Amino acid sequence: MIKFDHVTKSYEGGINAVKDVNFTVEKGNIVVLLGPSGCGKTTLLRMVNRLESITKGTINVNGQNSMELNEIDLRKKIGYVIQSNGLFPNMTIEDNVMIVPDLLGWSKKEKRERFYSLMGLIGLNADDYRKRYPNELSGGQQQRIGVARALAADPPVMLMDEPFGALDPIIREKIQDEFLHIQREVKKTILFVSHDIDEAIKMADKIVLMRGGEIMQFDTPSEMLAHPKNDFVSQFFGKDRAIKSLSLHTVKKLQDIIGLVEFDETIQDTKTINVNQDLRNTLSMLMNQEADQVIVTDDNGRQLGAITIDLVQKYLHFEIKGKPSVAQKG
Amino acid sequence: MQEWIRFLEVNSPRILELTIEHTMLVALAIIVALLIGVPLGIYLTTNEYLAGIVLQVASIILTIPSIALFGVMIPLFSLINQGIGYVPAFVALVLYSQLPIIRNTYTAIKNVNPEMRDAAIGVGMKTHQRLLRVEIPNALPVIMAGIRTAVVLNIGIGTIAAYIGAGGLGVLITQGIGRGDNYLIISGSLAVALLALFADGILLMIQKRYTRSNA
Repeated sequence: MIKFDHVTKSYEGGINAVKDVNFTVEKGNIVVLLGPSGCGKTTLLRMVNRLESITKGTINVNGQNSMELNEIDLRKKIGYVIQSNGLFPNMTIEDNVMIVPDLLGWSKKEKRERFYSLMGLIGLNADDYRKRYPNELSGGQQQRIGVARALAADPPVMLMDEPFGALDPIIREKIQDEFLHIQREVKKTILFVSHDIDEAIKMADKIVLMRGGEIMQFDTPSEMLAHPKNDFVSQFFGKDRAIKSLSLHTVKKLQDIIGLVEFDETIQDTKTINVNQDLRNTLSMLMNQEADQVIVTDDNGRQLGAITIDLVQKYLHFEIKGKPSVAQKG
Repeated sequence: MQEWIRFLEVNSPRILELTIEHTMLVALAIIVALLIGVPLGIYLTTNEYLAGIVLQVASIILTIPSIALFGVMIPLFSLINQGIGYVPAFVALVLYSQLPIIRNTYTAIKNVNPEMRDAAIGVGMKTHQRLLRVEIPNALPVIMAGIRTAVVLNIGIGTIAAYIGAGGLGVLITQGIGRGDNYLIISGSLAVALLALFADGILLMIQKRYTRSNA
């Protein structure tokens, strides 16, 4: 758990980078700090492991005031992931991943075992990568190694500063999916900085939207999209925020709430879509008119029914207007 | 050609002896210069104000003509009865090596990727751990380049040391000039040039052996 209590950061000359911030990252949750450049999100993140000083207020990490801990010990208990340049080019992949256990004085055997289990977790072959160096790896592989390094000493809390920001869109999505998969296993308490709205919606249990060092809204992604608290929030998410919110919902949810339509067996030109696909992709497929009919199938390939643009619209209307606070992550 | 071979037959033991003398003088001066320059360069990265002054002073020392610096050494070291010979030459060479060594060390550490430094602090390294494990290893190619410059520079300047009686290959050249003996001048100069090339090559090999090129 990370608890921000009236946290303020001022620089000389009275400029406030962070103003009276209050929120809590619950255990096992991902909270994304989102906002335009210079909104104070990175500063706020770096105040947690005291790379930036705290002017006023307190930050509690797992129930302990961060200022009462030795900063070196504090940092060793917090996993820290930054963009790919954070790996040490002079060290092998194994040494990079095992840096915190090494600083903590683990034995060789413990480190070796941990390295193999971590590489298994991130889906890279330990023997292939052990002796290699960061510059021999692709951006995506480097980023996976960065995540493994942060997880090495099994810290309860992780800070991720635009970790996937330097990757190209296709790899980024893939690594986001992988990371969410890992998170379901390790259940870390994560504070995540992003400037990418889609990434925030996808990764976050809750989003902190910031502007000028202040929190504009702290809510679940669907709640923020459906019910922006002020003009800044609605403008930030854009006119297409309804469409963005669709990525939080799956065809399965639509089926559960309003049901699918019968499919017409006489139509030849059909395409199928998995029931666990999100509605945003589904809608794109429908609007591109790739086929005359889109049939929904489950994981075993069984045909459950057809989906139309009308259905998605109805569902959206239902989500936003129908029941204001029901929205959950898909 | 015949005369050359005869000259070398007669003089090669002496050339070898002077080469060793020269190498010892330069090597010892470089070792001492490293012990001063590298830690100083690293320290200066934490003190901007002092860095400006020290680098300026080191630059000024390098601009003093070598013969003048050796000349200044004589009255100074006469105070401790070492006015002529090995000691003043040694001190002058140490001083000359400071600029390339301090400046390259300072610049190399300063230019370590700030994200990498950030990551090192962020994972919980103490200052000395960060320096030893991350910053110095990544700065090593540039530090080594400075050391190589200093070595080549000192092998050249070391020849002037012969004028204040410190021996070395400069002796061949000064004697050659004095006697109008071209063989002496040429063989002395060649030996100095070969020594410089050889030393630079060896250091380059050490550098490649112990550092990784970072893409």
